[in-house]
Amino acid sequence: MIQFFKDVRIDWLANRRAFIAVSILLMLAGLASAVIRQAVPGGTDAFNLGVDFKGGTVITARFLKDRPSDETIRARFAQQGVGDAIIQPTDKPDVVLIKVPRLAAAVGEGQPQPATPAQPEATPQAQPGTPGRPTPPPGAQAQVDPGVLKVKQALDSFGPAEQSYTILSTEAVGEVAGRQLRTQAIAVTLAALVGILVYIAFRFEWSYGAAAVIAVFHDVLVTLGIFSIMQWEISLTVIAALLTLVGFSVNDTIVIFDRIRENLRLHRRGTLYNVTNLSINQTLSRTVITSGLVFLSVLAMVLFGGEVLRGFSLALLIGVIFGTYSSVAIASPIMVWWQERIDAAKARPGQRGAKGQTGGPGQPARARKARAAGGGTGVVNQPQGAGRT
Amino acid sequence: MKKKNLLRRFILIAVVTIVGLYVVIGPHRRPKLSDFTPVGIKNSLKDNIRLGLDLKGGSHLVMRVKVEEFLKRLALTNATIADKAAKDVGAKVTDARADTSGGYRFLVTTADGAKLNELQEEVRKKVDVNDWRPTVSGNTVTWALTGSAETRLGQEATEQAYKIIESRINAVGVAEPTLQFHGAQNSHQILLQMPGLQDPQRVKDLLVGESRLELVHVVSPASPSPVQTYSTPEEATAAASQGGQMPANKLIVPYLDRDEPTTAGDTASDPNAAKTKKWVVVDQPAVVDGSELSRADAVSRTGGSDYQITFNLKPSGAEKFGAWTGSNIGQYMGVMLNGEIKSVAFIKSQINDSGEISGRFTKQSADDLALTLRSGALPAPIEYQEERTVGPSLGQDSIRAGVEASLVGLGLVIAFMLFYYRGSGINAVVALILNMILMMAALVLIKATLTLPGIAGIILTIGMAVDSNVLIFERIREEMRTGKTIPSAVEQGFARAFVTIIDTHVTTIISSLFLFVFGTGPIKGFAVTLVLGLLVNLFSAVYVSRTIFIWHLNQKGRRADSLSI
Repeated sequence: MIQFFKDVRIDWLANRRAFIAVSILLMLAGLASAVIRQAVPGGTDAFNLGVDFKGGTVITARFLKDRPSDETIRARFAQQGVGDAIIQPTDKPDVVLIKVPRLAAAVGEGQPQPATPAQPEATPQAQPGTPGRPTPPPGAQAQVDPGVLKVKQALDSFGPAEQSYTILSTEAVGEVAGRQLRTQAIAVTLAALVGILVYIAFRFEWSYGAAAVIAVFHDVLVTLGIFSIMQWEISLTVIAALLTLVGFSVNDTIVIFDRIRENLRLHRRGTLYNVTNLSINQTLSRTVITSGLVFLSVLAMVLFGGEVLRGFSLALLIGVIFGTYSSVAIASPIMVWWQERIDAAKARPGQRGAKGQTGGPGQPARARKARAAGGGTGVVNQPQGAGRT
Repeated sequence: MKKKNLLRRFILIAVVTIVGLYVVIGPHRRPKLSDFTPVGIKNSLKDNIRLGLDLKGGSHLVMRVKVEEFLKRLALTNATIADKAAKDVGAKVTDARADTSGGYRFLVTTADGAKLNELQEEVRKKVDVNDWRPTVSGNTVTWALTGSAETRLGQEATEQAYKIIESRINAVGVAEPTLQFHGAQNSHQILLQMPGLQDPQRVKDLLVGESRLELVHVVSPASPSPVQTYSTPEEATAAASQGGQMPANKLIVPYLDRDEPTTAGDTASDPNAAKTKKWVVVDQPAVVDGSELSRADAVSRTGGSDYQITFNLKPSGAEKFGAWTGSNIGQYMGVMLNGEIKSVAFIKSQINDSGEISGRFTKQSADDLALTLRSGALPAPIEYQEERTVGPSLGQDSIRAGVEASLVGLGLVIAFMLFYYRGSGINAVVALILNMILMMAALVLIKATLTLPGIAGIILTIGMAVDSNVLIFERIREEMRTGKTIPSAVEQGFARAFVTIIDTHVTTIISSLFLFVFGTGPIKGFAVTLVLGLLVNLFSAVYVSRTIFIWHLNQKGRRADSLSI
């Protein structure tokens, strides 16, 4: 039998201060990156938000003949009045991503277009205030923003479409939709966290649920921090990755909590501290194997999944690492600390006799009893019992 | 476990597997022999799995109905109604206008307050005062739109726009379009998906064509004097004003002098070049509007490449129009499209039911305008908020990349499980492959759409599914170490791990459900596959895997003292 971990006896909780310090440092680094980037004028934004959230246009184009250099492309765009186009190479040499920030709708004057009579700007009241201003050209109003047309015009300067270039995909998001998607992403994440909190509180106790959710929140913040530091783009799919990470991290935490619940039943004399250490050690090989396998499949996604999934898989890759780490290093210590305080608070007024007190769902009531009998924390005293031979 | 029981388990698994496999790769009609050749299977696969636009290519458009414009217009119309009502009851109007700053109101101020009640009664005949609540202060009556009416009218405008867009889409002949309301209840958004469409520009222009046609009286000295135009809107306003106030029944609108016919075929010359913009004053409300149209056609004007639109009026409209033209011979009439005068003509004789819109139309733009006129006017302008178009080649690339990544992920996981758990690893591999088959079958059965993020969900499911096996196997190992017999270690391993598996699955499903219910587009596709994968996993990783263990131990019989795990 191959086994990675045999009879581990690590006192994880003894390192809780170090763990939490590391996490706080990571979160502070992310926060500092976000705040500094946002505050420094002319610099980058806190997060490199994609068109989904910021509005704007992204066009993926393939050059069929010679691929012009990034500088040439940028220069052609500048001629079209799009000074801040971002040209981004992809893993295929002839394919480029062209990102154009949201343009004000009025810039699109003089499109050589057939006189389409589609001119939705029709409020007669609007007219007297703007004497002499030409009405927007036909079709300009039909754009999410004029970015798509501008990009096409700039590309046309390299030769006709379908002969010298072809557009593989277009994404254009208006400002309102961007704002909406942003609010929605935050709302969905928070709602998912609340749902998880309630379920864990129902299956375990509130302290368990809170600890798990704090740990997950930590994972999300650290991942976002890394995205801010690295200036990786945050798109809708990255948000999906963050929500997956929420599920994965809680998944990992629950495996440990489940074991704690079971062990509290078996080792009635063990302290919560010791039982938690024991449970982490018992599930360690599962934790490592599962996380390792998920890590591998996500890595396959990073390497082979293509450009479109890159942001998603990167976020998930980081998420798997921190999701695993936080179950051991954040969720468990917080749960132990919290539960000990609750127990201490309950033990004080009603003395030891207060054991019966409602009891909560299942085992944690015994945890209180167990702790009261087992005395102080901090001593590594692995209870010998099932699971050891 | 009894043999009979085991047999029942095997039959169930076999049936589920075969049905699942057939659902995915079999034809969903009476099967033919040719359906089971590789080509046949490939075709069925293509039919069964609905690919999202990001995989098969196509265009995804989110548009918003500018409901605020609709309500503004409504307030404006009501202001003219109130103005007329005041005159009808003999009150001297000093001010009648719409006020749309922070809410929708229209108001009338009279010189003396004596006729206010009468005025309100008169307005009540035409305007629903449950929607527009009147309040009186001094000599002014203000009708304000209530919040609930605002919501309801907004909704109605969106629904109406939806129907019109639907008829336009059908008329233009886009293949397999899907149209649906989008976003929150009061976001007034409509989502249009057009698979296979690569350049949505024409459709986009066609859909937003407001096509608000109105035939109006142009305020001008009668023919033979030329029509009265103004070179700036200020001039026009000054001419139309009475005592510094713009009357509510007059409107200043731009008038682009009729363009010269295009000679260059379908490519019009620069539209900005030859136009001289003028302004005219027109009477409100219009004599007839686009809702009275019975038909509209694009016709070649000179038999050449210059097009115009001829239209006919319904009997009710024709009656109104005939009466008005009959009593206004010599006056100027304007054809107003979307708040802009397209052409002006003086009335030679009574006109009943037909007219034309000339302008500078190519065949395509005339056809498109006729189409939108036939489908009716949009209640409010429409703006595009999101456009995502994926070409078919990128979609192909994405499918290939997704399949590649899935296979590599699956391969790595299988290799590890076989290496680490030896014989029992086979168990996990069977469970994994079955999971994939059943998940795809579930996708097909609920007619879900497979998107690129959906493929990511599949890859993640591989990772999460194998977790259940790892949990169980690790637990069996632990139980074995405590000295239990193999069968009871297996039994205990499954029983204990099952509690954890339920908890982990439920939490992941909870967070995925939020994604599914509140997420949009790519996020939704991801949640669908993940949830399906996890549900299926309860069957494959627990039930199937357990059955294989039981069968294996039964085979060994009493000699079951070792287990390859």
